[in-house]
Amino acid sequence: MRVLAAMSGGVDSSVAAARMVAGGHEVVGVHLALSQTPGTLRSGSRGCCSREDAGDARRVADILEIPFYVWDFADRFKTDVIDDFVDSYARGETPNPCVRCNERIKFSALAARAVALGFDAVATGHYARLSGGRLRRAVDGDKDQSYVLGVLTAEQLRRAVFPIGDTPKAAIREEAAGLGLAVADKPDSHDICFIPSGDTRAFLGARIGVRSGAVVDADGAVLARHDGVHGFTIGQRKGLGIPGPGPDGRPRYVTGIDAGSGTVRVGGAADLDVWSLTGQRPVFTAGDAPVGPIECEVQVRAHGGVVPAVAELADGVLQVRLRKPLRGVAPGQTAVLYRPDPAGDEVLASATLAAG
Amino acid sequence: MVPRTGRPDEGVGAKGSGPEIRVGPVRGEGDIVPAGILDPAMGTTRPVYLDHAATTPMHPAAIEAMTVALATVGNASSLHTAGRAARRRLEEARENLAARLGARPSEVIVTAGGTESDNLAVKGIYWARRDADPHRRRIITTAVEHHAVLDAVTWLAEHEGAEVTFLPCAADGSVSPSDLRDALAAHDDVALVSVMWANNEVGTVMPVAELAAVASEFGVPMHSDAVQAVGQVAVDFAASGLSAMSLTAHKFGGPTGVGALLLRRDTGCVPLLHGGGQERDVRSGTLDVAGTVAMAVAADIAVGSQAEKASALRLLRDRLIDGVLGSIGDAHLNGAVGERRLPGNVHFTFRGCEGDSLLMLLDANGIECSTGSACTAGVAQPSHVLLAMGADPGTARGSLRLSLGHTSTAADVEAALRVLPSAVERARQAALASASAGPR
Repeated sequence: MRVLAAMSGGVDSSVAAARMVAGGHEVVGVHLALSQTPGTLRSGSRGCCSREDAGDARRVADILEIPFYVWDFADRFKTDVIDDFVDSYARGETPNPCVRCNERIKFSALAARAVALGFDAVATGHYARLSGGRLRRAVDGDKDQSYVLGVLTAEQLRRAVFPIGDTPKAAIREEAAGLGLAVADKPDSHDICFIPSGDTRAFLGARIGVRSGAVVDADGAVLARHDGVHGFTIGQRKGLGIPGPGPDGRPRYVTGIDAGSGTVRVGGAADLDVWSLTGQRPVFTAGDAPVGPIECEVQVRAHGGVVPAVAELADGVLQVRLRKPLRGVAPGQTAVLYRPDPAGDEVLASATLAAG
Repeated sequence: MVPRTGRPDEGVGAKGSGPEIRVGPVRGEGDIVPAGILDPAMGTTRPVYLDHAATTPMHPAAIEAMTVALATVGNASSLHTAGRAARRRLEEARENLAARLGARPSEVIVTAGGTESDNLAVKGIYWARRDADPHRRRIITTAVEHHAVLDAVTWLAEHEGAEVTFLPCAADGSVSPSDLRDALAAHDDVALVSVMWANNEVGTVMPVAELAAVASEFGVPMHSDAVQAVGQVAVDFAASGLSAMSLTAHKFGGPTGVGALLLRRDTGCVPLLHGGGQERDVRSGTLDVAGTVAMAVAADIAVGSQAEKASALRLLRDRLIDGVLGSIGDAHLNGAVGERRLPGNVHFTFRGCEGDSLLMLLDANGIECSTGSACTAGVAQPSHVLLAMGADPGTARGSLRLSLGHTSTAADVEAALRVLPSAVERARQAALASASAGPR
């Protein structure tokens, strides 16, 4: 195959590219420049798109003896990921920008360009397994990234290759060292790549501005004022600006956000439990939607646990009944449905959680 | 396999049969047939180097002279026999270089290349003029200068109190002597004028002698970045009327890392590098004897054969331009035409193309060229030259520079013309596909 290897400059995508080369494919390395101001996005171990990372990716490509280019997707990244992230928070939602980047940049704009230029597939360093059109969790459960890939359609997955999902991270690092790649011991990236400070609230505040509102309890009594709902997420306990625990002496959490009125509601832990989910824009990774109820496990955040559930598609909306409650679920989060399998839990579907 | 771009002697590249790129995957019911563009079926059996404006292959005689010099010991500032031998080689090289460029040997200040020469001239002359008269703080220049001039000027404005006047830029990238006259008449505080001899992106040759004559009327020193001009067009420092002129060896068949600032004896220039004062107390640092020797040999060849070479290159250039205009729709030639364009420069904008897609396709098919504009972290930025010439930022992204030089042949031009139409078409398809692949 002619393979475009998306190379972030990290150890995972480097080994992914190396494995494609070793597999006899024709590989071209491409680093995506996603920052509007190259060289400024990242410091320390955060993020994925600094000038240094582009340089690291280039060195790996040199060693693998493959052509290497930097492609500028900064404009697309801004509109499709960053602006979406900000708008979503302004609506009182809790989005996952990595999900959007995979959905709209890596496996959409990038893949489309790659195919138009003559490539058969895009290979990335995601920890996930893909065979026979079935997307599964990675062997390394701690590193599994099937969740952030769960939004990909069958058509998108047909062009995707995840060469390292069958290997634990530690072994990937050893493999990189064995290949003489300097990135073998490079720290993992954390946090959101376009918020190098790690201060999401300040980042959002600078873009959304002050939209003050009230923090209220379950009875509607005003406990505090705030500068905007974007500073809150469902299940948040710290930084609420309220005097302390509730009348029962227990911690209070954000249990609801109404962006329209700017109201942030707080309550006890029990108020966070949800027993059902409504998922919009469902995607069935294997293609067609199954008929009838789907026995599954649901995951609602990148490194969250799963709960058993039954899902059913009705009028284009995924209704999910949970067999155990999930705690602190926010609109805008992505729910990913898995079918448990000893050979690797299979991703069945995903959907974006609606309010309520 | 993807033909890896290697050097000709590595024997890499294609052994394909047909000259045509198979453009566009044949699509059935979701069936993807491998697209042909990364096939080596292009008929090019070695990489075609069309990036002489970035750097030129060294002349074999320059390599030999450099190698011989590298095998000797001696600091040109040492007083013993070895030192004197090094000094002799250096001074002979300086004399030869000066002779080829219409300068006196004492006007040659050897530097580490074009960027240093530009910085030394712009900052050094600005400081000297300002020190002599604190009122003189204005630099007159153009918006199409190389960043080595532009960023030096910007730095002086931000840190040293310089005022900047940009001469109006015509659509072909040139500036006019009458506009310079107006600017000098309007300002009595001008420290220096700096206008490049020829533009590195779009190849427009400036009317340097006329500009220098105007500057001289007002008693203002003028510097010119002649990095792209030496070897391509006739360059005579004395006849030009310039006070200072930058050049670098690797643009005319010499090594990287060595260049010169030609600086008139009566033009004050405050040093950037302080130390031993080896070059007229204007530039310090142990002299690069081998590099300077190689630079002089390269200048001897490049300038000696300039007229003849330029005629040949103009024919190749115009064949390439005509071929592109005849085979590719919506292609726009940037820069001046005829004698006012560098003999080796071809610079096109292909509307609807991403320059980086185009570069990849051409590279994969053995054509080595450039978008011509500066890169940040490998990302081509919208060209400041095209923007100054009136292009919009979107258009400025789809540009391509093919630059010919002393090793270029008619076969190189034909190879480029075989690949370009299909590559542009495919890059346009890719831009469309990528743009329309939106959120669900």
